[in-house]
Amino acid sequence: MTRNSLRARLATAVLALALAAPAAAESIIVQSTTSTQNSGLLDVILPQFTAKTGIEVRVVAVGTGQAIKNATNGDGDVLLVHARAAEEKFVADGFGVERFDLMYNDFVVVGPKADPAGVAGTGDVVAALGKIAATTSAFASRGDDSGTHKKERSLWKLAGVDPTSASGAWYRETGSGMGATLNAAAGMGAYTLTDRATWIAFENKADLAIAVEGDTRLFNQYGVILVSPQKHPHVKAKSGQAFIDWLRSDEGQSAIAAFRIDGQQLFFPNAKR
Amino acid sequence: MADAGVVDPRLDDAGLVAGGVAPLCCSGVGLARGGRVLLDDVTLELARRPGVTVILGPNGAGKSLLLRVVAGLVEPDRGRVRWGPRPPDRSRATRIGFVFQKPVMLRRSVLANVTYALRAAGVPRHEREARARSLLAAGDLGHLERVSARVLSGGEQQRVALVRALATKPEALLLDEPTASLDPRSTQAIEALVRATRAAGVGVVLVTHDLGQARRLADEVVFIHRGRVLEQAPAACFFDAPSTAAAREFLDGGLVL
Amino acid sequence: MSDLATAFRDALDLLLSLDPELAAIVALSLQVSLGAVAVAALVGMPLGAVVAVGRFPGRMAVVVLMNALMGLPPVVVGLVVYLLLSRAGPLGAFGLLYTPTAMVIAQAVLVTPIIAALTRQTVEDLWGEYEEQLRVLGVSRLEMVATLLWDARPSLLTGLLAGFGRAVAEVGAVIIVGGNINHVTRVMTTTIALETSKGNLSLALGLGIILVAITVTVSALVMAMRGREGRAVHG
Ligand SMILES: Nc1ncnc2c1ncn2[C@@H]1O[C@H](COP(=O)(O)OP(=O)(O)OP(=O)(O)O)[C@@H](O)[C@H]1O
Ligand SMILES: [Mg+2]
Repeated sequence: MTRNSLRARLATAVLALALAAPAAAESIIVQSTTSTQNSGLLDVILPQFTAKTGIEVRVVAVGTGQAIKNATNGDGDVLLVHARAAEEKFVADGFGVERFDLMYNDFVVVGPKADPAGVAGTGDVVAALGKIAATTSAFASRGDDSGTHKKERSLWKLAGVDPTSASGAWYRETGSGMGATLNAAAGMGAYTLTDRATWIAFENKADLAIAVEGDTRLFNQYGVILVSPQKHPHVKAKSGQAFIDWLRSDEGQSAIAAFRIDGQQLFFPNAKR
Repeated sequence: MADAGVVDPRLDDAGLVAGGVAPLCCSGVGLARGGRVLLDDVTLELARRPGVTVILGPNGAGKSLLLRVVAGLVEPDRGRVRWGPRPPDRSRATRIGFVFQKPVMLRRSVLANVTYALRAAGVPRHEREARARSLLAAGDLGHLERVSARVLSGGEQQRVALVRALATKPEALLLDEPTASLDPRSTQAIEALVRATRAAGVGVVLVTHDLGQARRLADEVVFIHRGRVLEQAPAACFFDAPSTAAAREFLDGGLVL
Repeated sequence: MSDLATAFRDALDLLLSLDPELAAIVALSLQVSLGAVAVAALVGMPLGAVVAVGRFPGRMAVVVLMNALMGLPPVVVGLVVYLLLSRAGPLGAFGLLYTPTAMVIAQAVLVTPIIAALTRQTVEDLWGEYEEQLRVLGVSRLEMVATLLWDARPSLLTGLLAGFGRAVAEVGAVIIVGGNINHVTRVMTTTIALETSKGNLSLALGLGIILVAITVTVSALVMAMRGREGRAVHG
């Protein structure tokens, strides 16, 4: 009898717990790329914003393509990604209010220390990709339509190479996030394109090292957009805008600049006001 | 007994409860499975009240099958079964007590097996336990009431099954070899229970291979062979002078054993 | 392998330090997966039992379907639940996406066929044994189902355990509908996925070891409960 009622109470408690909505003060959802999250940037700057405004920021970190798709569906209040053309289309289609430059970091090409393509130390990323293709050295691509993947494709185009014709041979599309792709590159001794932030924070570098950096064409601009409350009335426009305003304010910009890993600055604020 | 075969159409449920005389009637019952005829044109009345009908017949004759048809558990291909004006259906199931050849013990304690039957029969909750206890005590099973029914010996399980079948105070009691695996003392106890049940006005149908038991208990004997009823006769007549060769052979074989 | 050794050390460190962050993640994992199993049991057990004792046209098809759905890919379930719960989807108005409730729903969808199929098999076996006895006792159809479920409970418990194991170990569905939001929808498996993507392999492996330890503990608790249940009947 006692045991039965105890069990019944337990079951109810479990159900109640499971179905209870999370205690919500004001919170917004940010659809973001994995690079901002995996690098640890958001872990550092978001608490500063929350302390100031009381607004909790919930980050869904996915590839740029999926982030934009989710935001298009209205599943988020703010979009924070790095794929300029797609961002502008998002706004033009009426899903976003306005796009703001926020900060940049840069991409680097990393590869095995043995450097089979002989590209280490070059400052010309296009020439380097040409050599990788010419020597059929293994190259791991995100292959997931993310911002990084889009960047990589534009660079191949500049190099006049269609790597997908070698798909499965030296060109290997992982179809996964940056971290997984870096793990794969480390595993098979391949070159890959990665944003510097993820690279620095990445802990399984194994035999990989930076091969190409410093080319202006490796520039990686982040933009931030409020999801349109006209398209999706439930969007928390006020809180979302407050977040965007804070990111672009002196305070937010210096928080971004102050973020370091191993003494290196990863993101360079460049919001124009 | 003479007019028992005539079912008075006015005999409704109330009549049965009040001690009516409606037996379980089969007319022209036939059943075949997999091309084998298992019951062939069986027409009989069973469980006349009060009285003990013993069904005899060799292994595979169709005795167990007939009981299940009569209780409404198996639908015959041909013919029909009536109990009073209607077939024996679920609404009156508890008025038929049934002990299967292989007793089915619910995965519960012995006591819970009996209270379960009482609940199904609509006995109020507060009465169930006391009633089940006294029934088990009467069946000499009191000391086992808390034991899981599944771990009982075969003979103990058969006794629990009988107590459970009697718990709902049925008007007809169908017993399929209830003493098949019992020791002599338990067999005597069961036979005493059967007599008491008969005396209480219940119609009993008993399948047995124990000819001594058949002689001790039967008011009437039905002899089945290969799915057919070869004889239905008062016990004394059957044992003294079976009218078919098959029955004679069966009895001889039985006596030799 | 030094990686494995480091992983074990990390796992041990995490456990011994009783890291509150980790505790919250473990708690959410348990809460979501137990909730999903509870919902799945409420739906799957009666469903399985009814299919076991029912005789209706298309029954075989239902059985085949239930068995097949045991192998539902979590990612597909996650995607479908995402499309349903998305603001642009039919249930978008409830605002459930990226909440633990969404994760419970997705896992419940994954687990229900497992519980239903195992219940169907268990109950059907018991039904073969009980059917005629229950019918001569005049038990109603509904009571029969209840009796079968009750008497089959030790085996059903194993089904629940299988469902829990599947729920607590899957990542594909919860990462899509939960979004792996820190402190809100981050559970053990999504943390493992995240740490792996950060290249933090030993921490990921450490978390994996903790996850396995938890499932083993839950399984042991259930077995102990089963044992006590058994003794209670005999004693
Ligand atoms: N569901 C069924 N399908 C096919 N055959 C069946 C079925 N039920 C019973 N039989 C067959 O019907 C025949 C009669 O079986 P039944 O159990 O009635 O025999 P019995 O007279 O009780 O024998 P015993 O003395 O061995 O108990 C057997 O040959 C059996 O194989
Ligand atoms: Mg038999």
